[in-house]
Amino acid sequence: MSMRWMDERQRRNSTVGFSLSADILLLSSSNPNSLCYVETAELDGETNLKFKMGLRVTDEMLQEERQLAEFNALIECEEPNNRLDKFLGVMRWNQEQYPLELDNMLLRGCKVRNTEECHGLVIFAGSADTKIMRNGGKTRFKRTKIDELMNYMVYTIFALLILVAAGLAIGHTYWYEEIGSKAWYLYDGKDQGASYRGFLSFWGYIIVLNTMVPISLYVSVEVIRLGQSKFINWDLQMYFAEKDTPAKARTTTLNEQLGQIEYIFSDKTGTLTQNIMAFKKCTISGRSYGDPTTAEGVSLDRGRPVDWNWNRYADKKFQFMDNYLVAHVRSKKDRDAMEFFKLLSLCHTVMVENKDGELIYQAASPDEGALVTAARNFGFVFLSRTQDTITIREMDQETTYEMLALLDFNSDRKRMSIILKFPDGRIRLYCKGADTVIYERLAANSRHKETTQTALDVFANETLRTLCLCYKDISAEEYEAWSRKHKDAQLTLTNRDAALDQVYEQIENNLMLIGATAIEDKLQDGVPETIAKLAKADIKIWVLTGDKKETAENIGYSCSLLTDDMQIHYGEDVNEKLSSRQANRRNEPQTVHQRKKKPAEPFFTQPGKNALIITGGWLNEILYEKKKKRRRLRLRRLGRRSPPSSPQDGQPMNDLEKEMRQIDFVDMACECEAVICCRVTPKQKANVVSLVKKYKKAVTLSIGDGANDVNMIKTADIGVGISGQEGMQAVMSSDYAFAQFRYLQRLLLVHGRWSYIRMCKFLRYFFFKNFAFTLVHFWYSFFSGYSSQVAYEDWFITLYNLCYSSLPVLLVGLLDQDVNDRLSLKFPKLYLPGQQGTLFNYKNFFISLFHGIFVSLIIFFIPYGAFLQTMGQDGEAPSDYQSFAVVTASSLIFTVNLQISLDTSYWTFVNCFAVLGSIAIYFGIMFDIHSAGIHVIFPSVFTFTGAASNALRQPYLWLTIILTVGISLLPVICIQFLHKTIWPSVGDKVQRNRKKYEMELEEEEKKKPSAFQRGRRSRRSAYAFSHSRGYADLISSGRSIRRRPTARGGPQDSIREVPH
Amino acid sequence: MVKQEQELDNRPDNTAFTQQRLPAWQPMLSAGIVIPGFVLIGLAFIGIGVALFVTSRSIQVLEIDYTGVAQDSPCYRCSDPDTKNCVCTMDFSIDTLFKGPVFFYYGLTNYFQNYRRYGASKDASQLSGDLEYFKNPSSDCSPYQYDNDKPIVPCGSIANSMFNDTFKLYQIVNGARKQVPLDGKGIAWWTDYNVKYRNPSVTPLRNAFNGTVKPVFWSRPAYELDPTDPANNGFINQDFLVWMRRAALPNFRKLYRRITEGDYAEGLPAGNYSLEIAYNYPVLSFDGEKKVVFSNVSWMGGKNEFLGIAYLVIGSLCIVMSIVMLIVYAKFKFPEED
Repeated sequence: MSMRWMDERQRRNSTVGFSLSADILLLSSSNPNSLCYVETAELDGETNLKFKMGLRVTDEMLQEERQLAEFNALIECEEPNNRLDKFLGVMRWNQEQYPLELDNMLLRGCKVRNTEECHGLVIFAGSADTKIMRNGGKTRFKRTKIDELMNYMVYTIFALLILVAAGLAIGHTYWYEEIGSKAWYLYDGKDQGASYRGFLSFWGYIIVLNTMVPISLYVSVEVIRLGQSKFINWDLQMYFAEKDTPAKARTTTLNEQLGQIEYIFSDKTGTLTQNIMAFKKCTISGRSYGDPTTAEGVSLDRGRPVDWNWNRYADKKFQFMDNYLVAHVRSKKDRDAMEFFKLLSLCHTVMVENKDGELIYQAASPDEGALVTAARNFGFVFLSRTQDTITIREMDQETTYEMLALLDFNSDRKRMSIILKFPDGRIRLYCKGADTVIYERLAANSRHKETTQTALDVFANETLRTLCLCYKDISAEEYEAWSRKHKDAQLTLTNRDAALDQVYEQIENNLMLIGATAIEDKLQDGVPETIAKLAKADIKIWVLTGDKKETAENIGYSCSLLTDDMQIHYGEDVNEKLSSRQANRRNEPQTVHQRKKKPAEPFFTQPGKNALIITGGWLNEILYEKKKKRRRLRLRRLGRRSPPSSPQDGQPMNDLEKEMRQIDFVDMACECEAVICCRVTPKQKANVVSLVKKYKKAVTLSIGDGANDVNMIKTADIGVGISGQEGMQAVMSSDYAFAQFRYLQRLLLVHGRWSYIRMCKFLRYFFFKNFAFTLVHFWYSFFSGYSSQVAYEDWFITLYNLCYSSLPVLLVGLLDQDVNDRLSLKFPKLYLPGQQGTLFNYKNFFISLFHGIFVSLIIFFIPYGAFLQTMGQDGEAPSDYQSFAVVTASSLIFTVNLQISLDTSYWTFVNCFAVLGSIAIYFGIMFDIHSAGIHVIFPSVFTFTGAASNALRQPYLWLTIILTVGISLLPVICIQFLHKTIWPSVGDKVQRNRKKYEMELEEEEKKKPSAFQRGRRSRRSAYAFSHSRGYADLISSGRSIRRRPTARGGPQDSIREVPH
Repeated sequence: MVKQEQELDNRPDNTAFTQQRLPAWQPMLSAGIVIPGFVLIGLAFIGIGVALFVTSRSIQVLEIDYTGVAQDSPCYRCSDPDTKNCVCTMDFSIDTLFKGPVFFYYGLTNYFQNYRRYGASKDASQLSGDLEYFKNPSSDCSPYQYDNDKPIVPCGSIANSMFNDTFKLYQIVNGARKQVPLDGKGIAWWTDYNVKYRNPSVTPLRNAFNGTVKPVFWSRPAYELDPTDPANNGFINQDFLVWMRRAALPNFRKLYRRITEGDYAEGLPAGNYSLEIAYNYPVLSFDGEKKVVFSNVSWMGGKNEFLGIAYLVIGSLCIVMSIVMLIVYAKFKFPEED
């Protein structure tokens, strides 16, 4: 362990929502007990408010700036690491030692909430040491698959170039021996042997044929990508007007990869959900409320939200559609309804702050906040609490209840209760919790069980989160007896929690059901539709969240990732399958080597869709290997040794087996339609992504909004950040950023697909065009003594890639679209070619090569045949080299420009202009540099004087050009037509019926878009309370309640003098 | 609404270009276009092919090899490189009228005028009459740049290897030789004669060549190439210009003279002819052949059946493929499903 002197002091005058940028030891805060509320959504995706506490000693001793200035302590702590759930340290101060824990730490990425001011000591700072940044992973240089492919192809071309040059060099050697050496007219005065001349000829051909290697390809590709990125930035349909955030392509090198995504890894909180909980519906005494209804109880299709003006405490942001329920409660006729809201206002661990007459609730979970706020609006206003009382306002009258006990939430209990003594002396227990646990504990005579259950099912089908509410009257004697047991349990030293749970169990029975609440975890707009679309495009979506299983599962249902026809497997269930596979493999040791040959049998043999829900703990076993390596390393450094242990059955696993296990896991998970990983750390998120990347060789995309997603965003092939939120970490490390999850479908299905198609078309054409261009030299060399004689004029070679052939293909790369955006979205199947990489791979590359070779062959040999032993119209021999060069070059220009015209499926006036322009520029420049004037000025630079005019006035040569172009293009048209007729792709079909589909789309748009139906699903518990332990401990210890009268140190000015 | 838009600074422009909605034409290779297109192109190609083929057949060509490899050849004795100033005579006869204008070519085979170094071995500036380069020829001309430290004009391999056989054509009329007038004017490209190659503006021309030497293989200096016509000397000598225009392929013909004058304006009448050859140019060392070619031309130029046949073949293939495509299309026609 390293020792760190920390003499840096940091004062954080943190207003609400301040985001921290270092790991800080909390010393003191303006809140009582140096409490500090933090929101950790950036770290773990959990949405509830957590509290951190300063050490008691620093809380007492370091309140004033002067004291802080004299603070001098030694802190010994762990090395910087990536564990967000652990911190160990010791503070030595004034000869005393104080243990430091995670509870004392404010980690980078937290948002400090509801705390006016806090003081802290920076422990880890910067991007290297803070825990969240340690989780951030390395910034990787991302490249697309096509990039890699392209590089390999360029290597291939290089190899080809060397081979061809070597072949021609050998040809030259033989030619020179046979012919060249005897040709007196070729005497060059140099005494060089044939082989040496061959060697020189090799380099000559390397230079002549270098245009085969598409150097300009890289530049052009970057230009196209830049343009495509701009189109993403400019897209109005990815612009979020509410927050004025346009989409942003932060890297310009990955666009075409967007058209090849196979796996999406999504964060939940803030990405799929808005992180807003809304009290949507409820059922009271068997009657459901919440649908739009008038005050008279008439159901409506579209109602007016309730007007809360009658209630001066109401939270105006709260929206509720059922006017009838409000009227009902206000009439005070229904005792159950009154009791329902009273319970909501009493049974919770929310803390309240009265700021300028405004009530501000601090809830441990947003669910709870939503419930208390709902009660508040319905007239049951939670006003204040002390250690043992709760004051609420019931309609017009303030009442204070004595709180006898608070039985807090935890994930096993799934419920919380409060025991209150009413002003009239009655003792009553209020309880709220998951339907499953509550129904077990209901009294036999409890009413409305069935009707409430029906309502719960309805709520569950609407993917609302439900809680059951109930009460129980307790006699004084009964309470006394229980209270004693409770006190005993509180004093237990071992297993106190278990003991307490047991005691709680004894009182929470024979409950009377009042009703149930339904809270909506608001999804971002259009999430279910987007997920459905992406699923149709065969993109698999995994949700990785730090949140709890229930919440994640609930969201899975509400965003239609999970459906009822899916069989859901949990991590624990599939362990068996994994270990049996493992055992099988162990029994057949040889299969390891034959693994690839043996087709993997599916894990899930039953028909139907499957979904997998696993937790971080379970994942750890899969990712075990990596973790252990690191630990072993650390242990070695510490000089200790730990016996290697196995995660499972005690049998040591070797590396190979671990890897096989990972492969098994990935195979299994990929069999599932949907995978949800909950309770995972940022590191684990990234590990899951890299597992899929590694073993599936698939293109992955991560999307997230918080600092906890940074690592996976960096790990995935493409990282997408949700911008417009408060945190910028995810956006800063992302490749693409936009404001809403639903834009993902446009990014992938429209921009990604277009980019991919464009890039593939571009590359195919580019390779083709360079081969068609260059290989003419190759054919010519057979007739020019392998002398590196070029077939075209030098100026043409210089300008070919620059002026004559680049613009049309560049425009295709920028503008081409086979079908428009709306059809791309309507037919997600159009996305499949990208995933399979069918538009550009080695096959296409070689097809392009052969196409190029074929065209070069035609371009050389048709003029060759035409030039052989002939003469011009006026008797002058046209078979001179310059005329030949003009004919081949013209044929080439026509061929490549018409070829790109064939490949262009979206003809704008710009394309038209470019194609005609390229041909026009070719003739313009050619006639210029073949003109008399320019030769007179530069006689030795422009030597083709008159070649163009002489050659091109011969109809014979025009006929040669026409034939050459015809033979180059007609077979392509024929093959394309036959291919599209015999094996039409989805794209071809859509294209063919484009007009029809566009009409259909328009008609659909004229109709009212039907609201997305939240699915109808079977029975399942919709309990998903985003809770951790509530604030019960705090409340019962009374620490936070009483505001300490400590005088704050001096006026603000003196504070600022404190040196940093 | 207007006010709102002002607040949204980051809102992208709503133009057809930025939103990728440029008006566009999206053509498809549909059967309705491709199949009739192929038929039309096929028919057109067949038409062109027939025209080319028929024209080509109507062109008369007479080719006479005078290399003298065979021992019974009249030029056999001249083919020995040691023989100087050798003259040989080739006799031939024409059965029918050789329609005029008749063009008289010489042809070389296995001769690589398109060899890169050979092609580069000249000095364009010198040839355009720049006197600077008379003194210092370009190094491209090496090894025919200097001869005994004197600059060679015109320098370089191409000029040095200029074809120097000369021909005289006689018609045998009643046993007597009647010379056929050969017209050597305007056999080179107009641009070569007027633009690209120019003599220095020095009179008399020979003064411009002071201090230079003739190319090694030449028997006469450039300014004395045509003793009969003083205007046809120097760099604008027609034979020189024809030679300097490199051939594209190793077997080539170059225009020597035209037969357009006198009794022969209508062509060469049927009869016996005698060709007198001043045999100077050695080709046997590199297995080359020398030929003399008489030909008349049509609108498409000289005789070449390749292009006509190629057009016919491609045109027929187009027709065949259109039928194939029609059959395939009928079989695999898109079912009207979505």
